Amino acid sequence: MTNATDLTVAEIRDGFRDGEFTAREIAEEFVAAVEAGRALNTFIVETPEHALAAADAADQERESGAVRPLSGVPLGIKDLFCTEGVQTTAASHILEGFVPTYESTITERLFLAGAGMLGKLNMDQFAMGSSNETSYFGNVLSPWRRNDGGNAALAPGGSSGGSSAAIAARMVPAATGTDTGGSIRQPAAFTGICGIKPTYGRCSRWGVVAFASSLDQAGPMARDVRDCAILLEAMSGFDRKDATSLDVPVPAWEAALNGSLKGKTIGIPKEYRVDNMPAEIDALWERGIALVKDAGAEVVEVSLPHTHYALPTYYIIAPAEASSNLARYDGVRYGLRDLPEGANLQDMYAATRADGFGPEVKRRIMIGTYVLSAGFYDAYYTKAQKVRALIARDFEQAFETVDLLLTPTAPSAAFALGEKSDDPLAMYLNDVFTVPASLAGLPAMSVPAGLDAQGLPLGLQIIGKPLDEQGVLDAGLAIEQRAGFTARPDPWW
Amino acid sequence: MSVDATIVRKIASLARIAASEEEVAALVPELNNILGWVEQLGEVDTDGIEPMTAVIPNTLRLREDKITDGDIRDKVLANAPQAEHGFFTVPKVIE
Repeated sequence: MTNATDLTVAEIRDGFRDGEFTAREIAEEFVAAVEAGRALNTFIVETPEHALAAADAADQERESGAVRPLSGVPLGIKDLFCTEGVQTTAASHILEGFVPTYESTITERLFLAGAGMLGKLNMDQFAMGSSNETSYFGNVLSPWRRNDGGNAALAPGGSSGGSSAAIAARMVPAATGTDTGGSIRQPAAFTGICGIKPTYGRCSRWGVVAFASSLDQAGPMARDVRDCAILLEAMSGFDRKDATSLDVPVPAWEAALNGSLKGKTIGIPKEYRVDNMPAEIDALWERGIALVKDAGAEVVEVSLPHTHYALPTYYIIAPAEASSNLARYDGVRYGLRDLPEGANLQDMYAATRADGFGPEVKRRIMIGTYVLSAGFYDAYYTKAQKVRALIARDFEQAFETVDLLLTPTAPSAAFALGEKSDDPLAMYLNDVFTVPASLAGLPAMSVPAGLDAQGLPLGLQIIGKPLDEQGVLDAGLAIEQRAGFTARPDPWW
Repeated sequence: MSVDATIVRKIASLARIAASEEEVAALVPELNNILGWVEQLGEVDTDGIEPMTAVIPNTLRLREDKITDGDIRDKVLANAPQAEHGFFTVPKVIE
């Protein structure tokens, strides 16, 4: 057997079915890789017992001839998903020690499909960040390093930075992520892996710690497009416990995967050619255009006139929803309580929240509280909701003439830890290419397509029409098959 | 629009987040920087545009008015920082 940790989800699933190895063997290899990779700080909690128990169950079931869709596959779970009996913190001090008494719909589906859990993955606190530097449990280190001989610690992206780093370091074959403004796609791009955010409503938000409910969507992150299709199928589906869950059938995305783009028209949104775009990103984009043409697609330029306003719109709507969602952390029902001597109830709330939330979370709650406050609500929040409608309309109009859109995923390769953490706005600008699709609720994925001059991965983003995950995955596959991206970080940890 | 220390203290109080004078002083320029940046939305003509409320068209479902959950008091209380006699407890609120 090749190194088990080099196997994809599909290879594990199929090899297990064919009797090439036991689920136990696979799980043990990954458990060992998780232990060996502790220097990267990708996990907040390791759960080898969960992965091994699922593996043993899979082995027993196979004996009796029963195999489930993900039997034998161990996964990493972002710490935003509530897991019954396993601490779930959203990487915040305020939830430290919180052990859910229920299972999120997504993890329940994955476990019922036979998957095991290797542990809970580190992330930006409450999914607020683009570098994984806002976690209460410390920075995640990217397994990648620049080829300049320096050992600068690089960001794995965020907020799903534990997920991206653990996959790139081959500590897990795949992981769950969540994406509010780019938190699956940007970390995938930074670490040379794939990740898809499905149409808003495809994946149940039930049991996922809420950040900005009109934007939050779960999705899979993995090393290739096929694995994303496999996992997305297992994660998607109607759930009556989520009022925004879409009651539509889940297509067999994996079975229908097709890397030919004949007959497809792919739009290149001209407004994504932002000022100061690094030449390498521009070159990557040109390469992507050549790759999809080679796959048979016709490529045309399109206009999304309100693109420039997507980020400021997002940074009103997301904090507004966050300030409301995070009001629940009050020191009464779960999580941290800070009760200073002689304090009354109001003092207790304020002390608990001051102690429990990190600086970026507080900043966003404050912005959200301000834009929702009496006298400012219309000027900020209602205005942003109107611009959001215009951004969504831009996409609708573009999709009258094209099937998909192709853009870079992020405006740069991974930056060094500390490089942007002192300037919230500089950090926000990282999401310039991912936020518009989030505001419009569209499916979008990142696939690795090349390396920059420093040897760091760069990703291309494909954005599709609502519910056209198949089109997005197919275009991702077309790029994957032609880009020949095989680079991986040298293990130094 | 911009904020000063008085407004920041008020926002912190509305958000129930205790903030020291140093924190307030640091937040004033930070929040002004962000608010100044989002104000570029003022350039966008939104006359006659309905604010978006649902990103993907969806209908609100109705179900039978029947209890589908509950009777899990101990589970609900399991993570409480302090619980007594089957209730959440908080500092005294009535003298």
